[in-house]
Amino acid sequence: MTETWIILGATSSMARAFARKVASSGAAVLLAGRDTDDLAHLAQDCTLRGARLAEVLAFDARQPDGFAALIARMDRESGTLNAAVFVGSMPAQSAIDTDPALIDGTVTDSFTGPARFLHALAPLQEARGGGTVVGVGSVAGDRGRIGNYVYGAAKAGFHTYLSGLRNRLTRSGGHVVTVKPGFVDTSMTWGIPGMFLVATPDAVASDIWKAVLKRRNTIYTPFFWRYIMLIIRHIPEFIFKKLKI
Amino acid sequence: MTWKSSTYSGWGRVLKATGDIARPERQSSLEACLTDGLLPACGMRRSYGDAALNNAGRLIDMTRLDRLLDFDAETGILEVEAGALIGEIAAIFAPRGWLPAVMPGTGMATVGGCIAQDVHGKNHHHMGSFCQHVTAITLRQAKGVTTVTPDKTPALFRATAGGLGQTGVILAAKLRLIPCKGDVMVVTERRIDGWDAFLTLLDQSTATYSVGWIDATATGTALGRGILEEGETGAGLVPKRVKMRKVPFDAPSFALSSPVVRAFNGAYFRRVPPTGRTVVKPISDFFFPLDKIHDWNRLYGKRGFHQFQCVVPLTSAPALRSMLDAIAASGLASPLAVLKRMGPGRAGYLSFPMEGYTLAVDFPNGAAARQLIARLEGMTVAAGGRLYFAKDSLAHGAEIAAMYPELAAWRSTVAKADPDHRLMTDMVRRLNLRSMP
Repeated sequence: MTETWIILGATSSMARAFARKVASSGAAVLLAGRDTDDLAHLAQDCTLRGARLAEVLAFDARQPDGFAALIARMDRESGTLNAAVFVGSMPAQSAIDTDPALIDGTVTDSFTGPARFLHALAPLQEARGGGTVVGVGSVAGDRGRIGNYVYGAAKAGFHTYLSGLRNRLTRSGGHVVTVKPGFVDTSMTWGIPGMFLVATPDAVASDIWKAVLKRRNTIYTPFFWRYIMLIIRHIPEFIFKKLKI
Repeated sequence: MTWKSSTYSGWGRVLKATGDIARPERQSSLEACLTDGLLPACGMRRSYGDAALNNAGRLIDMTRLDRLLDFDAETGILEVEAGALIGEIAAIFAPRGWLPAVMPGTGMATVGGCIAQDVHGKNHHHMGSFCQHVTAITLRQAKGVTTVTPDKTPALFRATAGGLGQTGVILAAKLRLIPCKGDVMVVTERRIDGWDAFLTLLDQSTATYSVGWIDATATGTALGRGILEEGETGAGLVPKRVKMRKVPFDAPSFALSSPVVRAFNGAYFRRVPPTGRTVVKPISDFFFPLDKIHDWNRLYGKRGFHQFQCVVPLTSAPALRSMLDAIAASGLASPLAVLKRMGPGRAGYLSFPMEGYTLAVDFPNGAAARQLIARLEGMTVAAGGRLYFAKDSLAHGAEIAAMYPELAAWRSTVAKADPDHRLMTDMVRRLNLRSMP
């Protein structure tokens, strides 16, 4: 079966690592993001690693008017259409506390922008009777913490959306993988103090690729975050509200 | 955040530096780091000493700028960003019948690092050094981006090849790959009983790839005993390499004490039957044997370690034997010791290779080891040999100046390439490489 993947937010290092997995499998990869000059390099890289086709598309989560062109481009490929969402933004909570208007952008980047795109893609996937969606959320979405609860809330919304989309697409043979990474060694976390158990983007991408092949529903990556979050989710609220973790 | 304040070191973990490091993931973010002027760049910091350190200054980590940009299957020329790893390039291209012409002893080295040290590999006697197979280097200098080639800008090319990053930030390069049969190595291993036999066999070897492991603890008639490995690429099926192991903590100092090393070396020597053997292994196992153990430098514990590597002319073989004598008598060596014959191939003013024999030995850091290495360095100068910048952490400027006759030419080209001295590193300062005498 001919596979085509669109990677949203393809300039991030996690997305780059995942695009390379897709490329080595021989699929077509459409690299969507804002820095199209940089993505041109990645497209070359993907081609040399074995992608059937690698192409750069302009994508901005805050410009939904541009989504239709991307969907139309996907429709021109035959076979199975898949999407992986790596977009999101995480302004410092203190910045949001000073300027609450930042909440809109955070929610658009991390939740509503990608959700609108996936919603537009879903009918196509249903019509073709299959296709996988990878949605990268965050362990931050599992519980609201004082440190970054706006980002966490946006990701929690995205998790719930993905859960519903899974419920919908599974009826036509499609599938949705929800990915909840812990700390990953990316430009987003570079130099932030207090990082621990940091995973490489490569390790995370390997976990995601395995989850796609096995049609897993929700994965934590690295795996131990499932247990860390299990504990954190079960701390009673009357205790949790006093914690600073 | 762009800048991360860190205390970091080279692979030997003896010399340390403290400063801010940026790790751009796109060319545009690299440019943003350089708006106030050029900064020294580093790769995976696999150089043992201070070649990739900039204490009290800033440093650009290039490892995320690692994309393959172009490949021409007619000529075998691959264009890559500087942060790409040699091992990764080999893993992608060997199954398609291509290999980097020269690969260092670790696949974890970046292309930029291989250029800056003009590294050599197990085929140096045939293929020369890394930069002899580099057809172009994209260099970010103060004025902007330039393309450096051996034909059009020979002086700048020779100052960049093995030039310790002093001519500019290496952004990308074109490498000429060589055809190979597949991603499998056919390796013949032979026990060698002593020094003279070792040199004779190295001189006579016609194999494409050859390297000698030497038991640096053996004395007397066994001095210089070891194993000669000769390899050719091949095609076929071999078991995938075992899962990578990790050294989870700094080992205690007795882990590499003299009796332990002696016992290990004896067993390692006898691993190969007296009559020798031919084995088939994955390409990475032959070229990068130590990469199987992640962070193996931690085996030396917190104190870190030094590697002494010199090359001496063919006629100075007796001097090299005296060095090995001194090493064996000291009982300080670790199991990691390598003897190789080198050809004349070198691409830059400061390239390490010369026709002769090269000896590399690791020593756990300590006062006795440092004294021994100082003695070995003196013997190297006397023998007309030289030390390797990728390994050195102890030498002095005067010794280095005596070893590198083209240092003056390098200096004057570098003075033009980086007039504001923005690219200086700890090694360049320690060895006074850029100061006019």
